[in-house]
Amino acid sequence: MDIDVKKIANLSRIRLTDDEAKALAPQLSNIVGYIDKLSEVNTNGVAPTAHPHDVAMPQRADVVTNTDRRDALQQPAPHTESGLYVVPKVIE
Amino acid sequence: MSWEVVIGLEVHCQINTKTKAFCGCSTEFGAEPNAQTCPVCLGMPGQLPVLNDEAARKTILTGLAINANINLESKFDRKNYFYPDLPKGYQISQFAVPIVEGGYIDIPTPNGEKRIGITRIHMEEDAGKSMHEGLDAVSHIDLNRSGIPLMEIVSEPDMRSADEAVAYLKQLHQIIKFLGVSDADMEKGQFRCDANISVRRKGEPFGTRTEMKNMNSFRFIKQAIEFEALRQIEILEDGGEVKQESRLWDSVKNESRSMRSKEEAHDYRYFPEPDLPPLRITQEEVDAIRAGMPELPNQMRKRFETEFGLSAYDADVLTQTQSLAQWYEALVAAHPANPKQCANWLANELLGRLKEQGKDITESPVSAKALASLLDKIADNTISGKIAKDVLDAMMESGKDADTIIEEKGLKQVSDTGVIDAMIQEVLDANPEQVEAYKGGQERLFGFFVGQVMKASKGKANPALVNQRLKKYLG
Amino acid sequence: MPFSTLTDIQAKLSAGETTAVQVAQTYLDRIAQYNDDLNAFVHIDPEHVLAQAEASDAYRAKHDARPLEGLPIAVKDIFCTQHGPTQCCSNILKGFEAPYDAHVITRLREAGAVLVGKTNMDEFAMGSSNETSAFGGCKNPWNTDCIPGGSSGGSAAAVAAALTPAALGTDTGGSIRQPASLTGIVGLKPTYGRVSRRGIIAFASSLDQAGPMTRTVKDAALLTSIMAGHDAGDATSVADAPSFDWLKACEAKDMKGLRIGKPKEYFIDGMNEEVRAQVEAALQKCQELGAEIVDISLPHTEYAVAAYYVIAPSEASTNLSRYDAVRFGHRCDNPEDLEDMYARSRDEGFGSEVKRRILTGTFALSSGYYDAYYLKAQQVRTLISQDFKAAFEQVDIIATPTSPVPAFKSGEKTDDPLTMYLSDIFTIAVNLAGLPGLSQPCGFAQDLPVGLQWIAPAWQEDKILAAASAYERATDWHTKTASAFAGKGGES
Repeated sequence: MDIDVKKIANLSRIRLTDDEAKALAPQLSNIVGYIDKLSEVNTNGVAPTAHPHDVAMPQRADVVTNTDRRDALQQPAPHTESGLYVVPKVIE
Repeated sequence: MSWEVVIGLEVHCQINTKTKAFCGCSTEFGAEPNAQTCPVCLGMPGQLPVLNDEAARKTILTGLAINANINLESKFDRKNYFYPDLPKGYQISQFAVPIVEGGYIDIPTPNGEKRIGITRIHMEEDAGKSMHEGLDAVSHIDLNRSGIPLMEIVSEPDMRSADEAVAYLKQLHQIIKFLGVSDADMEKGQFRCDANISVRRKGEPFGTRTEMKNMNSFRFIKQAIEFEALRQIEILEDGGEVKQESRLWDSVKNESRSMRSKEEAHDYRYFPEPDLPPLRITQEEVDAIRAGMPELPNQMRKRFETEFGLSAYDADVLTQTQSLAQWYEALVAAHPANPKQCANWLANELLGRLKEQGKDITESPVSAKALASLLDKIADNTISGKIAKDVLDAMMESGKDADTIIEEKGLKQVSDTGVIDAMIQEVLDANPEQVEAYKGGQERLFGFFVGQVMKASKGKANPALVNQRLKKYLG
Repeated sequence: MPFSTLTDIQAKLSAGETTAVQVAQTYLDRIAQYNDDLNAFVHIDPEHVLAQAEASDAYRAKHDARPLEGLPIAVKDIFCTQHGPTQCCSNILKGFEAPYDAHVITRLREAGAVLVGKTNMDEFAMGSSNETSAFGGCKNPWNTDCIPGGSSGGSAAAVAAALTPAALGTDTGGSIRQPASLTGIVGLKPTYGRVSRRGIIAFASSLDQAGPMTRTVKDAALLTSIMAGHDAGDATSVADAPSFDWLKACEAKDMKGLRIGKPKEYFIDGMNEEVRAQVEAALQKCQELGAEIVDISLPHTEYAVAAYYVIAPSEASTNLSRYDAVRFGHRCDNPEDLEDMYARSRDEGFGSEVKRRILTGTFALSSGYYDAYYLKAQQVRTLISQDFKAAFEQVDIIATPTSPVPAFKSGEKTDDPLTMYLSDIFTIAVNLAGLPGLSQPCGFAQDLPVGLQWIAPAWQEDKILAAASAYERATDWHTKTASAFAGKGGES
């Protein structure tokens, strides 16, 4: 199967050089080719698994439990200013 | 061969829970940037969502209020896209099986009530805020809003005019406020509307639709829809094709412009959220929520018409907000003899004066009890309706009650027959030519005599009594 | 001491024969001596380790000892810890210091454990050999030309070489069991939902589970008993999970009446013959202990790897979207605009295997392909779960080889991703079905360890612990040590 690697890379927001895309294309093709094996299985009427076990949604009461930990939480940030995260602008 | 506009509306409404959808952060408006964030709503490594019960309950309540079905099992999905105000790079939403499906709202139109279908309501989390204003090459991100629970309310494409669209939104907005599930303040971004707009010649299938965003008042929504309908009609009449795209409304220039749209950018790759099991509720729990539903606007309107004998128009005015409706009911409770008079005084006299001062009913310096006692003074003929208006002005300014003001200003109406007769006699004696003229057939002069008596009494004479006694004198 | 079990160390600490500081020092010395060779640890802070040990001794002096008092446990670089970096062995998280501990870490701390460093792993847990780590590969103590397995390679090597008596790992497709098998130690993946995932960097949310890597079955039980339990902060962690006495479950001395399923799909052509022989011998031993071996079939086994390599990358592709250089993680220099920042930061930060999986996952979820891939794979997953359920109506427990091959040489499988993926062929189905699985040593093939895998129905880890304990009692594989690391006093 021919996979549009550049398109997928764009959706994933990962830059790929032309060389990288060239190298990846056959690898992805191979992987997807292997995965196509799944089409051999008859899955008529089989419900898909989203969660391995039937678990109930836990309840959480609507009570504020978090406090202002901005400084600690922003320690790992690449760029902040006055408590705001700073990123380059989107070019419209 | 006339054109018809077809409108569907998507409303994102913030649910007014105390905490966010998936974490225990506060949702209060106006905090310092990023002061209300935690590792979960910041999407930090290894963090997991836990659903807020109250958000689910309020969504169910809203679904019940719009006559919809509650799915006893609903699921969460991930909606994937990249934007700096979306910390995880996906939004937790509901795609395949929303919590509420099918419903309707009846809206008033010039041709009577029209039913607008609602396709679904689902829960999802809000994104943070990106700020670009006045910044050169950067944007600033505040994630306090990230994770606040939203209801997304999707209508069927049942509206056929901008007015219908606005009527639908006003009804929806009112229902939501009555339910107390959201403050729905449009200026604070708590009630946001996107419109899907297309045009077609009557009888033909639906045309290509565009999505209009960034309309943050009912007025802009009306303008934007009308503009967009015209824009599309022009294109089609010129033989062109309407492009399917998202457009932004510019309320300054009164026009819309296309948002840069990349086809791939809209591949949301929805799939079931593995971090949250299905949400299951029992019919008993749904019934309990329904039992706690407050009176809805249209129920209240109808009740005001029957219980208080009000016109549809008056009932509508007085049920605009719960606080106003409650105020009216308190007024009637204190002055039960004449609900119509209460409605008139509240809607026309009090609200009019409050509006001039930029206040709403909750800020009224005159309480319902106080207004009721003023109305009592009219009813027992202490003062006339005309004088009562002056008294009301004085009550609003001074905060004093009706009795005090009437005393202080000596405004008591004169209803003593003897006193009135004496005044009438004086007036008649002072105006013999007019008496002659009246007796000679000029009946219009009756009003002149009434006016003179009122003037002589400085307005305090009981007008009805004046009329009655004058008739006796003049024959 | 070094090759002691947690249980033995615990006894010595209780008896006052040693202190937590002495124990910690022993292992710190071994790490200093051997880690450069092995690259099992990617971060170690000796001062912090000793400080914890001192605190533990001080606590013991005044209170009753807590369940893991003074016991050193190494931590895979995937568990967030407030102390020290948590990097998932990826450049995109280089230097990241988490402002929170994973729930499991908190449980261990509160039980008095001494947490030791961060161990090497495949980047974002994506790998079966520890070769995708951004911080260099890890060596197998039994043969340093060979890989230790993955993705919990560092934890496995550290325990096998006695740089720590125990370590934490995570298992998404076999990442605890397979390296345990390749390094001759015990590794347990609990039932999905048994242990909280909060604070563990997510790879594939519906498959990930944390578990212990230890020298003996009892040690694994001890650690899991502390790690397991409902966490209100993880909606997939189960409240009221069926429970039992973890340590008591290890007292089994035989396998009388135990029906062990032997699935034919796990004894196939193409598997290493010596591995097969060792596992067959192990099953014979089980028979001698009173078990009945029952031939069973798990017919959809051959599709497990394919299903996994749709589901895991799909979930991972979205779990890794948060590494966008906005709030944490690597940001490229001088981004031209937002899109450039995303694209270049993620290109620079992620290694090739991670990129491959993100792209595979994005592809599988993308418009037009969802039904054929993601939906299909989740349906096949249901069939795989049903295979196990049906099998467990005939047998109490299932036994298989953990890995079709012993440890392979580094570089041997890195050219073709698919070849690497197939290393997980015997472990993967267990994750898809959310079942518990354990690997324990059962012999050698070409002087490299071979692992025996036990699989039980959901929530029945006690069955596994009983069978594995009985087998361990009757054998001595777990006492063997890699001679290159025996060092001074390198007896068990």
